[in-house]
Order: sequence, then C-alpha cells, then structure tokens
Amino acid sequence: MTRTDIHDRDGNAVHVRGLVKHFGATKALDGVDLDVREGTVLGVLGPNGAGKTTLVRCLSTLIRPDAGSARVAGYDVLRQPRQLRRAIGLTGQYASVDEKLSGTENLYMIGRLLDLSRKDARRRAEEMLERFSLTEAAKRPAMTYSGGMRRRLDLAASMIGQPAVLYLDEPTTGLDPRTRNEVWAEVQRMVSEGATVLLTTQYMEEAEQLADELTVIDRGRVIAGGGVDELKAKVGGRTLQIRPADRAELSRMAEEVSRAGLAGVAGATADEAEGVVNVPIVSDEQLTAVIGMLGGRGFAIAGISTHLPSLDEVFLAVTGQKTSTPAAAEQHTDELEEVAV
Amino acid sequence: MSAATISAPAAAAQDGRIGLRANLRHIGALARRNMLQIKQDPESMFDAVLMPIIFILLFTYVFGGSIAGKGHEKEYVNYLVPGLMAMTGMNIAMAVGTGVNDDFKKGVMDRFRTMPIARSSVLIAKIVVEVGRMLVATTILLAMGFAIGLTVSTSVAHLLAAVALSMTFGASLMWIFILLGLTMKTAQAVQGVAMIVLMPLQFGSSIFAPTSNMPGWLEGFTKYNPLSNLADAARHLINGGPVAHSVWMTLAWSVAITVVTAPLAVAKFRKRT
Repeated sequence: MTRTDIHDRDGNAVHVRGLVKHFGATKALDGVDLDVREGTVLGVLGPNGAGKTTLVRCLSTLIRPDAGSARVAGYDVLRQPRQLRRAIGLTGQYASVDEKLSGTENLYMIGRLLDLSRKDARRRAEEMLERFSLTEAAKRPAMTYSGGMRRRLDLAASMIGQPAVLYLDEPTTGLDPRTRNEVWAEVQRMVSEGATVLLTTQYMEEAEQLADELTVIDRGRVIAGGGVDELKAKVGGRTLQIRPADRAELSRMAEEVSRAGLAGVAGATADEAEGVVNVPIVSDEQLTAVIGMLGGRGFAIAGISTHLPSLDEVFLAVTGQKTSTPAAAEQHTDELEEVAV
Repeated sequence: MSAATISAPAAAAQDGRIGLRANLRHIGALARRNMLQIKQDPESMFDAVLMPIIFILLFTYVFGGSIAGKGHEKEYVNYLVPGLMAMTGMNIAMAVGTGVNDDFKKGVMDRFRTMPIARSSVLIAKIVVEVGRMLVATTILLAMGFAIGLTVSTSVAHLLAAVALSMTFGASLMWIFILLGLTMKTAQAVQGVAMIVLMPLQFGSSIFAPTSNMPGWLEGFTKYNPLSNLADAARHLINGGPVAHSVWMTLAWSVAITVVTAPLAVAKFRKRT
C-alpha cells in the first residue's frame, strides 16, 4: 500500500466540499470548503465554537458529516474510513495518551496497534522519545508529565505511523509561551520532512508562525481564506508610520497630513508614546504623495515604515468580533456535547 | 517522511480490512494497556481480592447457621461457594461498566478510534483482562472455601468446568455493562442502575439459599434467573447431581446476552462522539 499519490489532480492532500454537520439545532459545520496542498500547512482560524474541532473530527472519521464530501490522502472520508485511518495522525486539544502508562509504553502500544513487530515498535518508541526530548521521562507514567511534555508525547504518538496528513487541533491551547515554542519547532520540523498539516488554532501568532495558507471559519462557515499576506491585504491597506526628526513636530505633522486633502488619505494620528505619525493608506501612490507633501512643506523626516495589519485586526475585520476567551470556549464545547448526546 | 516512503505493514489489505492475526495482535496490545493500568494502580484489584473473602466469611458465619442449622455451617459452605462463583462474575462485570464509563471519556479513546484497528478490539481487550480479574477472584474464593471446609465430591475436572462456566457467563454479562457504561453519562449513574438491577437478581436466586422456601411467584422467577441457573450448575458440578439442564440454560443465557449486547456495545462505541 505504498502510495505515491496522496493528492488529487490539483495537488491537494485534503479536499473538502460542502461539509455539513448539525448537532440538533446547532450548525457546527454549515457547508465548509477547503483544500490543503500536499506538503503545506493550512491554518484553520476561528473563535471558539466556530466548528474547528467538529471539522477535524469529521476528517478523522470520529464523527460522520451529515452532508458534503471530503478526500484526505486520496481516500474518501465517508467511503474509505479504514484506509484513511492508516494515513492520518491526530493530536487533539486534550492530550490523547494513556496517563497511567509511561511514555515508552504509550508509544510501544501505538506501534503495535500499527502492526509494527515487537522489536520495531520498541525501536520506534525510543526514536520518538529521543526526538521529542522525552528520553529522561520515558519510564514515568504520563500523568507525572508537565503539560508541554504530554503534548510532545501526544505529537510523538501521532508520528509513530509516519502519517501523510496530520491534524493538529489547537495544539498549543493551554501551554505557556516557552512550551508553545517547543511545539511549534516540532511542527515546523514535521513539515520540513514533508507532512501535510491541517492546524486549527485561535492564536493569530500561531497561524502566522506555522501556516502557509489560512482559512477563517466562523459559525460553521468559511468567511475568508488565502495566504497570510493575501488575507491581510484583503482586509484593506497598510499603516504608514512616519517618524519626524524633531519629536515636537509630531502633532503638527499629523494635522498637516489630515488637512492636505490627498486622495484616499483620511485621518492621520499622532502616537506620542512611539513618536510616530500613523497614516492609513491603501496604495504606494498615497505613500509617495504623503511623503512628498511633507517634504515640500519643510518637515524633517527621520524614518518611515509600513505595516500590514495584525491577524487580530484581520480577524476583527472579517468576523466582526474579537477572538473569544478560553473560558467561553469550554462552555461552548460543553453545549455542543450536550446537544450531541 | 513523504507519503511515498510510507511502507505499509503487510497485514493491511487493500480495502483496509483488519485480518484475524492483526486483530489478535491489536487485542493483545490493548489488553496489555489494561494490565499495565492495574499494575500502576494496584488498588483497583482490591474488589477482586477482598470481595470473595468478605462474602464467604460473612454469609457462612452470619447466615450459615440459620439456613443449615447451628453447627452445620460447613455444609452451608458447599452450598454457598458455587453460588458465590456466580455472584463474583456479576460484581466484576459491574465494575467493568463504571470503568468503561470513565475510561472512554479520555482522549486516548479518540486516538484508538482514529487508528486502523477494529473498534471492537478495544472492548474485547477490556473483557479479556476483566475475565482474568474474575479468575483471580474465583481462585481466592475457592481457596477460602477450601480453608473453611469446602469439599469437591466429583472431580477436579468438574470443578474446572464450573469455573469455566462462570467465566463464560461473566464475560457475557460484561457486554451488558459495557453497553450501560457507554450509554450513561456518569460512572455514578452506571453504578446506580447496576445496583437496582443486580440486587433482585442476586437475592432472588438460589445463590444464598434454596428457593423451595420462597413464595411460589418468587420461586418461579428464580427458575428463569440466569444466576440461579449458573449457581445450580456450579453446585451440581462440585457436589454432584444432574447438571445438564442448568448447564445448558447457563450457556444459552451467555450466548443470548452476548449476541444481543455485544453488537450494540460496539455500535455505541463506534458512534460515540
């Protein structure tokens, strides 16, 4: 079953069309389309309750979608679940390892379940423990591990079978920044080795760090998508920051820009703390016009720079809401489960 | 680690079906997990070790005199122990229900359900280990029994047949409790329902006392109570007597319970979200 083509004609390892899943009256997925090109990372971004976890559970055969189609690694999620399970790895929001078993025992068990011989399962477990820096803790039960160690063990468990497609469902939720960096480094390493990754996250920073492309979902629908820069550009322009040589000229400079009446340039604001004037612009012509105007009026400029909006701003622009808090998230998940039972 | 380098194990058929050998290997790996859990948490063996000791002492010395007559407690031991063999299976099976309810809420179950293994193997592995626990409990029960006067008037083979029969019936009961454990929301609820069902079945049977002194309607009930069938079968296998009817009834119950509840339990496990 050596597969040389896990992607479809367009080079997509994951191909989802019109995926629908309702839990009672809750439309967890309301017609989701998305593609992940082979060997890339798609970040699925959305607030809590957007349907991210439901999406991952559908694509990993844990729940059956009500409608739509999905192909992963060349297999139909609905018609070929058994074959599909051989090609995927899943690391969920909650570590899916056995807490009472040691790191070694957990990985050995997974190896045996993946039909490795006893010897190969042992060897592979050791390899993975070393790779994920868990060798020292290998003999201890997983319940004694820190949050970051558990998550790393979970990633290791997902990697035992060298899956072609890896789902990471909020892999760093609840981790401290240092541990988060460790997990990110591991994910980047997996991708550099050729894995295709579908990553769900509510952290903009995480998506920006790891994802090649983004899909923003909200209330079970895709509301925006594209490359990270593309998406930012879609939200509208950039911010031009001008640093006057003389800080005392800050507010006068802002006023001049606002009153100059340049096409498409609305209001400029003075940022006293940073010592810069911020001017929202949408084109390079406007940048040239603003700088030219200021030069013509005798302002001395020490520096200029342009900034794309942060992903938080992108998110605010496309969903009309700020990213929600983890507490609200859990509540929502509970609700979904209630309905699902 | 590109997809092209993934070398699939030979066991995997093209349609992804799991072969028998692979299935047994998976059950083995999962049973090992359940055993390691016990090793990590030895207290979970307390019920299997202590229950038979407490029950045999309690019933022999508290009720034995009243049932068999003062000074005839030893005769009661030969009546009671086969009955307790039937009860042991029931109590272990009940623990399976609560254990499954807890265990299956854990994230590791999601991992199992996304792996290329038959989903039934997770449940079968649990039953394999629990039957092992039952064997431990039954061994302790018999050892205690021999210590306070149990005698086998047939043969060792008959005794082993009685043990095997109670294991078979116990394993079928476990499917009921697994189904219950997967259906109910909390372990406490499982325990609550289990108690309500178990108490009448245990006491409305021939486990502790002969049924001939019970009112007619109750005696009628006990005849169809599988626990009575099993207790009678074990009793006649150990003490001698006609075994055919009670043995066949017990086997029929075991098969019927398994055939109905095992597929339901597997389906429930498959669909659990």
